[in-house]
Amino acid sequence: MAETTERLRRTMMFVPGNNPAMVKDAGIYGADSIMFDLEDAVSMAEKDAARALVYEALQTQDYGDAELVVRINGDDTPYYHNDIKAMVKAGIDVIRLPKTETADMITTLVADVAAAEKEFGREEGSTHVMAAIESAKGVLNAPAIAAASDRMIGIALSAEDYTTDMKTHRYPDGAELEFARNMVLHSARAAGIAAFDTVFTNMDDTEGFYRETKHIHQLGFDGKSLVNPRQIAMVNDVYQPTEKEIANARNVINAIEEARIKGSGVISMNGQMVDRPVVLRAERVMRLAKASNLVDEEGNDLEK
Amino acid sequence: MEIKQTALAGTLESSDIQIMLSKGTDGVSIELESDVEKQFGDQIRLVITETLHQFELDNVKVKAIDKGALDCVIKARTIAAAQRALQTQDQPAWEVF
Repeated sequence: MAETTERLRRTMMFVPGNNPAMVKDAGIYGADSIMFDLEDAVSMAEKDAARALVYEALQTQDYGDAELVVRINGDDTPYYHNDIKAMVKAGIDVIRLPKTETADMITTLVADVAAAEKEFGREEGSTHVMAAIESAKGVLNAPAIAAASDRMIGIALSAEDYTTDMKTHRYPDGAELEFARNMVLHSARAAGIAAFDTVFTNMDDTEGFYRETKHIHQLGFDGKSLVNPRQIAMVNDVYQPTEKEIANARNVINAIEEARIKGSGVISMNGQMVDRPVVLRAERVMRLAKASNLVDEEGNDLEK
Repeated sequence: MEIKQTALAGTLESSDIQIMLSKGTDGVSIELESDVEKQFGDQIRLVITETLHQFELDNVKVKAIDKGALDCVIKARTIAAAQRALQTQDQPAWEVF
């Protein structure tokens, strides 16, 4: 799944699906992914209206390069099938299934999505899916869920429901989430898909937000789900590579190019062989540096 | 087609439009309230009328309070109001979307 490993997914911004002002402006904040919410952010009485609103906005609004995701209502609700049909017809990039507990739920979702693609004449396989893990059962089944379909692009931890299920709540140090975070992350990596950390809802606690984001960055998450556009710059700040990392990555990229020109299969830098993991890391650093506007398309420094 | 019940969709928040549909007798009649009536009144009426025609609603009274909604919002709110008026929210008219 080359396409899914290439794409940067540092920030996935929640947008309440029945709010025209927020739906219309969702593209201006520079989120890597925009997630329109038809589920918890929409009251029961407005599910039909939100579905129509997100659909019509997707037809006309320009969301730039952002990956477009929609969180549909669960398969235990009467809205599930119509949400899938509307979003597949609209040509959404990714459908996010809430409260995923088993691989079977993804298999069923994928079958429903495929049927909708056929019904509305969309290219088969063009709609991707992702799973949100919100319970102990979901966490324990995460490896199978992540690998359930080649349409899967990612797996996300949703901590509010999860901590309730675990008979705890969220603490500032996040110790209660450590096992779930590692399960979700390892499941994603083993399946070759993206891992998203949970939201941080206290907008007044900037220090706490940075602490949590640095922690999940260190663990290896692709990024984080966000509730407020103000958090986008903060996440990007944490994911931005240092000058030293960029210089090192550039050396590795140059060494690759040199080896290619020489026709040599072995890449060496400063007399030492460069392993494949080093190459992959260097390429990721350069992608992040480009996304942070630190270097141009060719990898040269940009004036600050 | 005739509507089955009076129905409302949308809110009075910024960038939204609230649309109320009730039974009419004489085609589609629209009572529009909007701060941008002068510039966009005709366009707003056109989007509402076209969408209602797609539902084959020919006799309906529309009361619309616009708060600066884009065309896509006007269309979405008209769809929602029409389906509620026809009591067909559970079987969306995909061809109108």
